[in-house]
This record gives sequence, C-alpha cells and structure tokens, in this order.
Amino acid sequence: MSTRTIAVVSAGLSTPSSTRLLADRLTAAAVAALADRGITATVEVIELREHARDLADDLLTGFANKPLQAAVDTVVGADAVIAVTPIFSASYSGLFKTFFDVLDKDAVVGTPVLMGATAGTARHSLALEHALRPLFAYLRATVVPTAVFAAAEDWAGAGEAGRALADRVARAAGELADLVAGRPPAAPVDPFADPTTSFEDLLRGS
Amino acid sequence: MQFGIFTVSDITQDPTTGRTPTEAERIKAVLAIAQKAEEVGLDVFALGEHHNPPFFSSSPTTTLAHIAARTSTLQLSTATTLITTNDPVKIAEDYAMLQHLADGRVDLMMGRGNTGPVYPWFGKDIRNGIELAVENYALLRRLWTEDTVDWQGKFRTPLQGFTSTPRPLDGVPPFVWHGSIRSPQIAEQAAYYGDGFFHNHIFWPPEHTQRMVEFYRRRYEHYGHGSADQAIVGLGGQVFMRRNSQDAVREFRPYFDNAPVYGHGPSLEEFSSQTPLTVGSPQQVIERTLGFRDYVGDYQRQLFLIDHAGLPLKTVLEQLDLLGEEVVPVLRREFAALKPAHVPDAPTHASRVAAAGGPKDATVHAGADSVTGRAPTQAREEIEVR
Repeated sequence: MSTRTIAVVSAGLSTPSSTRLLADRLTAAAVAALADRGITATVEVIELREHARDLADDLLTGFANKPLQAAVDTVVGADAVIAVTPIFSASYSGLFKTFFDVLDKDAVVGTPVLMGATAGTARHSLALEHALRPLFAYLRATVVPTAVFAAAEDWAGAGEAGRALADRVARAAGELADLVAGRPPAAPVDPFADPTTSFEDLLRGS
Repeated sequence: MQFGIFTVSDITQDPTTGRTPTEAERIKAVLAIAQKAEEVGLDVFALGEHHNPPFFSSSPTTTLAHIAARTSTLQLSTATTLITTNDPVKIAEDYAMLQHLADGRVDLMMGRGNTGPVYPWFGKDIRNGIELAVENYALLRRLWTEDTVDWQGKFRTPLQGFTSTPRPLDGVPPFVWHGSIRSPQIAEQAAYYGDGFFHNHIFWPPEHTQRMVEFYRRRYEHYGHGSADQAIVGLGGQVFMRRNSQDAVREFRPYFDNAPVYGHGPSLEEFSSQTPLTVGSPQQVIERTLGFRDYVGDYQRQLFLIDHAGLPLKTVLEQLDLLGEEVVPVLRREFAALKPAHVPDAPTHASRVAAAGGPKDATVHAGADSVTGRAPTQAREEIEVR
C-alpha cells in the first residue's frame, strides 16, 4: 500500500465546533475511500483558532512564526487538503481567508481540495460556490465537484436530512480519493536547490 | 570586518512625545548621525532610497556626497539602490561621480525596492522586478567597464556609442552588494558576478538568512570565484542598548510597539526571539551578534539599524557612543580572532585597485567641440546625413 498525507484545515471558533465535526466526518470518509483504493492516509489537522494571533502577526510582519510555519508547511507538503469554514456574513470566515492569504500563491497549485462549510441554516449553502470555489480557483488548486455544506438541521441525524449529509460526505470523499489516487505523491520543492535554468539564460531574458 | 549603520530615512512621529520631525530636521539629523558614526570608529554608513513619504532619501548620492565632504575614513554605501526603477545609465553616472568626490570610499547595494507604486511611478511593472534587476545590472556593469557601449535590451531605450562619464575612479568601479530577503535569483545574481550578498536580517527569522546565505555561498563557489567560505557576505541587524537591559526594554518598547513596519503585531519579546532584534545591554548585543557567525559563517560586513521608528537624534547618538565604545571594539577583536586567514575582508577601493594592478586614469578624451560637446566626427556625420 502506498501512503499519502491529508491536511485538514478547520476554521471553527468554538471548541468543539460543528465546523470541526464536519471536517472530521469528511476526513474519516476520505481516509476510508483512499483505503478502498489501496492507499494509507496520514491525517494532519490544523485548527486555525490556535493560530489566530500568529496569523495577525504574519499580516503585519510578513513572516510566519514557528507554529504557523509548521501549519503552512503541512498544507504545502500535503497530497490533499480538506478545508472547512463556518460561513460568516455570506462568506468564509476572516480567519479562514487569512490563512490562505499568507500562503505563497503557488502553495497549493494542483493540490486536490475538498471544501466544506457550516452555518445555522441552509440559506448560506451557496457561499461554498460563490466564495470558496473562486478562492481555490485563484490558488489553482484542483477542487472536487462536490462541496459539502452542513446546516444546523443536518446534524439532527435521523431522516432524510441526515442521510443526505452522509451521502454528500461519501460522494465528496470518493471524488477526492480518485484525484489523489491518480496523482504521484507530492514532492517537496526546495527553492534553494541549484537553479534549473542558468543565469546566462536569465540574462538573455529567456 | 566592517561595522556600520544603515538608515531607511523614515520621518516618523516619536510615540513618546507625539512630535514628528520636519524634513529639514530629519535630514540634518541623518547627516549628524553619519558624522558621528565616523567619530566613534565605525566603518560604514549606508543610506536607503525611497520615492514617497515618510522617507526623505530620494537622492542618495546628493546626501552621500555631502557626508563624503565632511568625513575622511567612512565608507559610504546604499541600502538599497533601486536597480529596478532607476535608469542604469543614471546609476552609472551618479555613483562614478560620487566615487570621485569621495576618493573611492563608495560601494552600493542593489535592491528591488518594496513599495509597489514606485514601479508605475517610474514607468515599470513590478511583475518584471527580477528581470529588471538582471537586465539593468548587466548594463550598469558594462557602462562602468567599457568606455563605449552599444546596447539593446527589453526595458530601456537602446544605446549607440554611449560613454558614461565620469569614468570610474582609477578605472575601478565601486564594489556592489546585492540585497534580497527571500529571492534566490538575486543571491544567484550576486554569486554569478562574484559580487557581495547582503541580507537585511531584520524583518525575518534567522533561518531565512541562513538559507539565502548558504545558497549564495554555494553558487559563488560554483561560478569559480573562490571557495564558498570566501564569498562576501553582509548582514543587517537591529539593536537598542542601555547599560542596564531593563532600561533598554522599557525605553524602546513604545518605539517598537508603534514602529511602521511591525508595530501593533507581535510583542517586543516575541519579535526579539523570532528575529535578530536585540534590545538590552551592550554585552547582550555583543553575544547575539557574535552568534550570527554560527549560521552565516565568517562574514565581512555588519550594519545596524538604530535610527528608525521616531527615535530622537540624541538617543541615536547615544546608541552610536555605545556601539563605538563598548560593542564594536569587542566584536572586531572577537570576529578577527575567529576568522581563518583565507577568508577575505570586504573589498575596498584600495584593495580593488591593487587587485586590478594599480590605479589607471580612465578618462575618455573626446575631441569635442567645447561649446556643443559634439565631437568633430559627429558633426561631420550630421552634415553628410543632410
């Protein structure tokens, strides 16, 4: 069996949060779906709440402190990202956006991403499509077609609503697992490796 | 090893008094700081270049020429010269002129600048930052080393038969450092030419400095200029001192908390542990600075930032006294004792002239008409064209 790493980015603010609850369900489903494809997944969870001050500092100083840098490195080095945010004021939370703001613009190019969001009511569900999907399109990540939204009522469990959430989670996880299985493991990029183009080429403007 | 100070020329409100100096006051203060640097035995004064408030230093060669006239040993440098948005022809002319006025006490540090609108203000595109730095510097070198230049590139009007005057003093151009916080391409550029590499070493954790310097040293050796440990490295650094370290922390904190770049973010204590900032006693500054060598190796130039964030002139001059009396003499002795013999000192005009086989007059004498500046051949060609 080969192995891959999933970075889970959760922007919930309370402990425990329904955002983390959704992130955990998506993660469990993705791990299972990858196992079905002969892949063992290692999961690394980043609770953005723990980096709230680190992120504010980074905005002002321009560099990530050690704890935040470790979180950034986890995402940059991951084979897949599961990103889940609460919906605030019709969009992702500021904390969630700040984390993606401090990443290098090429940090998740091509990385398979599964998006999730939570809110009080289902009226916020399209924020995934009009806010999160464009964000990951800008970052040129490969986002799975199914985005998973969970409103408060979805956590009722029994009945059609609960089944519908479980179905969406399983479908999204399957899509993510297909993408991950079809790609080679992420290879770290060292910006300080010897350049592949010579300085003479740079001088000639090529 | 050379020790000195660098200033960005910011005009910032003193947060403890609410008073902001005028441009005239701040300009005079920087002149006093530079002169004091020589008086207390420092080697280098480097001045930034900016084209927007709150900075005054849009014209560094004017300021440095004035300082040159009022000092006799101080090495004058820049921090940094905008190789991206300045015309390389004007850099070649201005700094060769400064070299003559300062009797060779001049070097430069090239940088790309960090203020976005400067690019469009000077007709450039920030997305071409690296390419501009590469093309402009290649032209600048030719203008200093070749008497007559024919040139064509992407970013500037072509040149035909152009001679940059005055020619470099004694036929030897100023030494050049390249400064970059995080772009390996600039470290590569410095290594390619065998120029110096300077890391700002103020705003980011030392790990970044270490990786950039390691890369530069490795590439310097790759290009055949010498072994990696012979590459020419300079570091910045930021200090604030009082004899008693608690006094230093108490006095500097309001300046830190309100500093234009990092203020209102991490605490002084956090930033001090995350970056090379040292606020404390002279002994603490000595120990921290000696520790820089652990991650960059033996290096040639150490510059300190001591006059930003609204610190009053009197305080800055006191910092210079502490540097000159207590810190730099110890650092000089300790670093020298640690440095192996095969590691060179920072190049100076004298060492570069000696390496070039002695001084030579580089004047280009043209048989020009003293009124119009046109050479007789030129005038003839114009007549033929008509």
